[in-house]
Amino acid sequence: MSAARPPEGARPEVRSTKVHMSPIRLAGARTLFNKEVLRFWKVSFQTVGAPVLTAVMYLLVFGHTLENHVKVYGTVGYTAFLIPGLVMMSVLQNAFANASSSLIQSKITGNLVFLLVAPLSHWAWFAAYVGAAIVRGLAVGFGVAVVTMWFALPGLDNILWVLVFALLGSGLMGALGLIAGLWAEKFDQMAAFQNFIIMPMTFLSGVFYSVQSLPPLWLAVSHANPFFYMIDGFRHGFFGVSDVSPWISLGVVGAAFVVVSGIALELLRRGYKIRH
Amino acid sequence: MPNAAISFQNVSKTYRGGAVRALDGVSFDIEPGEFFGLLGPNGAGKTTLISILAGLARASGGRVLVQGHDVVDDYAEARKALGIVPQELVFDPFFTVREALRIQSGYFGVRNNDAWIDELLENLGLADKANANMRQLSGGMKRRVLVAQALVHRPPVIVLDEPTAGVDVELRQTLWKFVARLNREGHAVLLTTHYLEEAEALCSRIAMLKLGRVVALDRTSALLSGKASTVLRFKTDAALPAELASRSRVTGRIAQITAHDVAEVETILGTLRAAHVPVEDLEIGRADLEDVFLEIMQGAKQ
Repeated sequence: MSAARPPEGARPEVRSTKVHMSPIRLAGARTLFNKEVLRFWKVSFQTVGAPVLTAVMYLLVFGHTLENHVKVYGTVGYTAFLIPGLVMMSVLQNAFANASSSLIQSKITGNLVFLLVAPLSHWAWFAAYVGAAIVRGLAVGFGVAVVTMWFALPGLDNILWVLVFALLGSGLMGALGLIAGLWAEKFDQMAAFQNFIIMPMTFLSGVFYSVQSLPPLWLAVSHANPFFYMIDGFRHGFFGVSDVSPWISLGVVGAAFVVVSGIALELLRRGYKIRH
Repeated sequence: MPNAAISFQNVSKTYRGGAVRALDGVSFDIEPGEFFGLLGPNGAGKTTLISILAGLARASGGRVLVQGHDVVDDYAEARKALGIVPQELVFDPFFTVREALRIQSGYFGVRNNDAWIDELLENLGLADKANANMRQLSGGMKRRVLVAQALVHRPPVIVLDEPTAGVDVELRQTLWKFVARLNREGHAVLLTTHYLEEAEALCSRIAMLKLGRVVALDRTSALLSGKASTVLRFKTDAALPAELASRSRVTGRIAQITAHDVAEVETILGTLRAAHVPVEDLEIGRADLEDVFLEIMQGAKQ
């Protein structure tokens, strides 16, 4: 142990910390963002590889059984129709999973204390967790797109819609994951949130079918599901056709993003279930 | 006048709508550069007080300042000035020791901090573990990393919440050597511990908490001399006379009786002789912090 003499840089005055300090909020938020990205990237086999495989399974099974029986929007083959929906579903589920599982793990293992004692604002927490959720969502979505496009090419009508809905949708789901992670105290509560809210809403959002084919009651139900607008708007970017106008979808998804983000920020500001 | 390192001002904390009162108007200051001990039995409110200081909990009343910065209204400045070693042995299993330290440093806005990180690793005996994953470390090594994480942004105020609970002698020595050095260099240190000999050796001033209130607050030397300053220890198989039994501490065959001065020692010995109590291995020593602690805690009974 060489504790004898501190080198010049080791003086403890507050002054010495200030010298090295970049604008703290930005630097702190950036570190937390990097940490959150690194966290899933270190286990990318699970966090990116596994969801890509799941999406390919869906494509193989549904595409094989339905390709010769179903045409959507008149001319689009079923497999091609399915691909953008599967990509977006993967984006949404993984954005949610990233924020929620990171928070609940830190809460349960207790290492959230490292963040709680840091001088990070609620904006920094929000930006970092949602930002990393977007990165994970996009990484998985990109992976699903690259693999599934071997099976069929859905075309690309307008990449701007694709990007806008991917970003806004993954941001919305990241913020929702943040709320779920703050609220849940146990892993089974988180599983319930995922299985009873997120899964049904994504499955019933028109990933696997055009909602125009549904009976009136279920069509109305679908129109009340914000996930429907995320999928529909995203798909519009590929086919130039959709169940509702992409501008309506943008309005609904944008409004949902603002509301959910507002709730997440307020919970963070209050330290809901994390500062007692 | 410089701001106190830490200022607790009438801090109270209640749970369940006021049914449980964990802290009840706690006030004291820790001066810059001071090595301060916070003692008390389990449930006295030590950890609650530190949680409020760290921003992990919110006070129901009163306020806490770190170098003049309110821990709620001006939390960013207050937290930058604080380095907290938590009581629980927690870690992030995704990262190596060096990664964990770089990340913690970044949260505080301190980048390119590897020179100081290396020095921390060296001083805490972690240099050869820098690239080991946190999961692979033993409990004692994880504890060292917690200390390093708390110091990574060079906080002027260091808080150690029972840092030596259940750790081996080597780490205890390493830790105290390093913390004492930081204290000499000007860091204020707030220590809570169950090991009273540690507090006696290290802390220049001590506060004792009981049931959420401060029951003693003084210089360690004043606490040791102000209360019973002498203690009589001996072994005996016989029962003590009633007037001594009520004020003695008996552990097996060993009896300890505190006295305030030499005359009182004479009186106690006289009483023992008169009662024909056979006494072996009699010694007269200076009272230690444990004696003082017990006397104060008994005196503070409701």
